[in-house]
Parts: sequence; structure tokens; C-alpha cells
Amino acid sequence: MFEKTPVHPPAQRRAGRAYLVRTGAVFFALVLLIGVIAIAAAKGETEIPLGTVLHTIANHIWNAGFDVDPIDGGIIWNYRISRALVAAACGASLALSGAVLQALLRNSLADPYLLGISAGASTGAVSVAILGFGAGMVSLSLGAFAGALVAFGFVALLAIPAGRSAGAIILAGVAGSQLFNALTSFIVTKAATADEARGIMFWLLGNLSGVRWPDVYLALPVAVIGLLVCLWYARALDAFTFGVESAASLGVPVRRVYVVLIAVAASMTAVMVSIVGSIGFVGLVIPHAARFFVGTRHGLLLPVSALIGAMFLVAADIVSRIILDGQVLPIGVITALIGAPAFALILCHGRVLR
Amino acid sequence: MTLELRNVGWNAGFKKIISDVSLSVERGEFLGLIGPNGSGKTSLMTVLAGIRAPSTGQALLVGQAMKKIGRRNLAQQIGFVEQQADTIDRITVREAVSLGRTPYLSLLSPWSERDDEIVADALGSVEMSQMADRMWQTLSGGEKQRVHIARTLAQQPDFLLLDEPTNHLDIHHQLGLLELVRALPVTVVAALHDLNHAAMFCDRIAMMDRGKLIAVGTPEQILTAQNLRDVFGVAADIEIDDQGRCHIRYHVGTSGHAGIKKDRVA
Repeated sequence: MFEKTPVHPPAQRRAGRAYLVRTGAVFFALVLLIGVIAIAAAKGETEIPLGTVLHTIANHIWNAGFDVDPIDGGIIWNYRISRALVAAACGASLALSGAVLQALLRNSLADPYLLGISAGASTGAVSVAILGFGAGMVSLSLGAFAGALVAFGFVALLAIPAGRSAGAIILAGVAGSQLFNALTSFIVTKAATADEARGIMFWLLGNLSGVRWPDVYLALPVAVIGLLVCLWYARALDAFTFGVESAASLGVPVRRVYVVLIAVAASMTAVMVSIVGSIGFVGLVIPHAARFFVGTRHGLLLPVSALIGAMFLVAADIVSRIILDGQVLPIGVITALIGAPAFALILCHGRVLR
Repeated sequence: MTLELRNVGWNAGFKKIISDVSLSVERGEFLGLIGPNGSGKTSLMTVLAGIRAPSTGQALLVGQAMKKIGRRNLAQQIGFVEQQADTIDRITVREAVSLGRTPYLSLLSPWSERDDEIVADALGSVEMSQMADRMWQTLSGGEKQRVHIARTLAQQPDFLLLDEPTNHLDIHHQLGLLELVRALPVTVVAALHDLNHAAMFCDRIAMMDRGKLIAVGTPEQILTAQNLRDVFGVAADIEIDDQGRCHIRYHVGTSGHAGIKKDRVA
């Protein structure tokens, strides 16, 4: 329909160059992540040299047959690597969910816990731990997962008659979160001993101790599948830039995208919260940080958010283990304590740059 | 190649917003949609764009029901510029226009040099090539509107639907934008609130009142003193110049509409 104009040479090169930048950035972040995971395996109460870490990993993956002290090898493989991988999967999922929800709901304050998931998970957890639901047959994680799903279902049921708009979903999420938080407080104040209350508070702030390989086998596939599904919808998410109607006029099946992506974000978050508790800050702030580095196009933003989130949580876990001698801080404390000033720095620096 | 509504009604909840609208848009024309505030222009535009399915009646594109055509195919043929669409995202003009290629892209047909060309052409046709790398937030209202039009042009549509495209623009940019749209090789349907603009640019005008389409015809047929009084509640003289274009001169204070006067005082 346009008169043919000569091709502008910069335009000609743009497609290829964008692809290079994109793969380059993702590859760079992936290498950094692997580096941070290796460091996470070396650091802790007993320092283990990085060389030993690499040998242990090689032994387990390729049967390389390096000579590694079995105790060191056990610590690295059974405790630290599994823990780092779960932290990475968790950070990636939370950051990804945050990025997706911020795009869909057109709200920079949206985060994975907006949908009532962390509130529901804590209610589920205290029901199991304090009220003794399931009579010992149900683990804390399973209780938390069930609670998260119930709360999400409640929020979804509330949002549908409220109009299904972004505003309705946000308000339904707020209502659901408040309700389930109140339930949690009610159970804790009514039935918990001081020790139990302290334990629950620890859990609520995020806790990676006790994480082992079975948790990796759950968390890692969930994170990877979640990333793939979200990437499939990357262009649809871009189309939401100017709002829902504009997305519809660009040919995006708005309702389907909403249902699929919100369900994916909710399931990812529910799984992660049930394994490690509700770690705050990552889902809200990492997507913003990622936008400062790579812009707002989701084809690049989603993988980079996931990788930065993974890196950030693994690093936060390292700090939580070594900052106080002989004591592990809840990781949620670290994410906010380091993350908030770091984000402030990016924010100010970003403003100066532009 | 027509866009057609047959006895279309659309309800928001239980409230009837538009009812029994039949309208056929002919290829290549510039059709203006006029009517007082709340007469259902925007709702009609969204039904025409295929964003909202009619509650009753049928919306057809080239004789085929829109709901059977599918969102993606519709978006390749109909471009829609909303009344006010803004964003908080930090995107460049070029990125905003690139969104127009969304209905053509998929995993199997990724972004290509051809898409770059189309985006560059779209920027050129709204004279925004020089500003392609500017951030969206730094644009003026008129520039933003032109970028929106470029984005819809990148969809390579046969039909361009504009909902009050000149809102918030100064008179120079209002005229510039309408001239630009008029010169594009597409069929245009535009909801306009300035009746003189409708008279100047439209081949045909459709007039709405309280959710109904009450008249369709040439500007001279529609823009009569009688219609303006009945539908808009204003008194006006219509002058036809030697080129056959009509010009509207409104009379102040003689509208005879107590409601409107009260509004002004308040």
C-alpha cells in the first residue's frame, strides 16, 4: 500500500544487529549466573576453593574422576549446588512473574504476590504447622501450595464479576491478600506458641535451608517451562504497551493471553513460595532493573529479567549465609536490604544517563 | 472490499449503548462519524474495528462475519487509533511503530528487514522519520497522535479507523493531521467532533444521536441547520462556498437549550 521507497541502509542492518545484541546479552547473563552459582558453592561456613567446586561438578555431570575430598564433595553437591539451583529457579520465576504481571496489568507496582499467592501460602503453611491440618501427612510445602491456589482462586473469582479489567484484578488481589493475611494472623495469635510464631515468621521471610535435590527437580522445570510459555507470548506482551484495546486492535487474543499468562505466573509463584517461603522484592524490582539495562521489549526483557532475578537471589543467599557468623539470615531480609539501595542507585544513575 | 454493519446493537452490561445501526463503508472513501457526546461514536468505532463483538446484529468485513475472520486477520486489514492511548513504558518512536507489525509476526515469521522497511515507510508517511529514535515521553500531543497513525499504517490496513484523532491538538496540527490522513491511500472512518472539519474532509458523514445512526449522506445533506438544532441543540447558519463545501457559523446564546446554558455557567 506504500509507494516503494529505497531501503535505508541502517534499517537493513537493524534486524540482524538486534538479534546479535539479544543473544549476546542473554549469553552474557547466563555466564554470569553460572559464575555466581559456582561462587555460591564455594562460600559458606567452610570455605571450599573454586577449583574443588568445578572438579565436583565435573565428577557428577561427566564422571570426570577428579580426586575430591568426599566431605567437601558432599557439601558442594548435596547442599550448596542444590540450594543455589533452587535459589536461581526461584529468583527467575519471581522476576519473570513480576515482569509479566507489570506488562499485563499496566502497573509498575504489580508483583507476583499481587494475586494473593503469598498470603494464601502463609495461611496454608500455618494451617499445617500450627493447626495441624492433614495430621502430619501433609508437608508444610504442600500446605503452602494448597493455600496459594485457594487464595488465587478466590482472587480470580472476585476479579471476574468485578469486570476483569486490570484495575479489577489489582483490587481483587488486594482484597484477597488482606483476607488471607488476616486469617494467618488470626491463626498465629490464637493457636501458636512463641516458638512457633517465630518459626513461621522465619518461613514467611524466605528460607532456603533444608532445600535438596528433589526441590531442584521441581523448581527448575517449573521455571524453565514458565519462561518458555512467557517467551511464546513476548510479542503479545509488547502489544499491551498502549493498553488492552490497542493490544486487541493489533490482533492479540486479549482474553486468552490474560488467562494463560496469569495462570502461568500464579503457578510459578505458588510453587516457589511453597518451596522457599515468600521472598519479597525480587518480583517487584528486578523487572524494573532489567528494563534499565535492556529496554521494554519482552523478547529480551523476559529472559534477562529471569537471569538477573536468578543471579540476584543466588547472590542474596550467599550474603545471608556469610554475613553473620554461625547464623543464617532469612533471605527475604537480604533481598530488601541489599536490593533497595542497589535499585535506588540504578534508578538515579538511569535518570542521569537519559 | 467493504466494512459493513447490519442492524448492530451493543450493550454495556444491561445498558443499551448503540442499537440497530446499519452502515456500509465504501472502499477509498473518507467517512466521518459525528454526534453529540455520549451518542455512541466510540462504541460504534470499536465494533467497526472488530474489538467488540456486537450484542445483536452482524459486523462484516468483505461480506464475512468478523468473529469468523479471527483477531489476527482482522488486524491485518483494519487499523484502529484510539482516542487516547498513552504508556508509561520507555519506548522509542520506532519501537512504538514497530508494534504495528504484531499481526504479521510469529515464531515462524520473525522480524525481518522487510518489517524494518515497512516501519520506515510508515514513519515517513506521517513525517516522523527524523524523530524515529526519540523517546515516546518527549513527544508533543500532535507527534504522539502521528506516531499512533504510523503504528496503524505499519499494520498495512485497508481500513483506517480513527476515534477523535484531533482531540487536544492545536488548529494547525488538527488540519495537518486530517490532510495527512486524507492523502493516505486507505479507506478512512473517523469520529470527528469539529463539524467544520467533517465538512472539509469527509466524502460522506454518518450522524449518531442517542445510540442510533440517524442519517448518512454527503456533508451538504447532513450538515443542515435543522439537523444541528435537532441533534446538537445549537443554532447555526450553513454557507455553501463556490467549491460546494459547506461552512458552519454558530450563533452564541441562541441555542435555546437551557441545559447547555446551565452547563456553561457551572
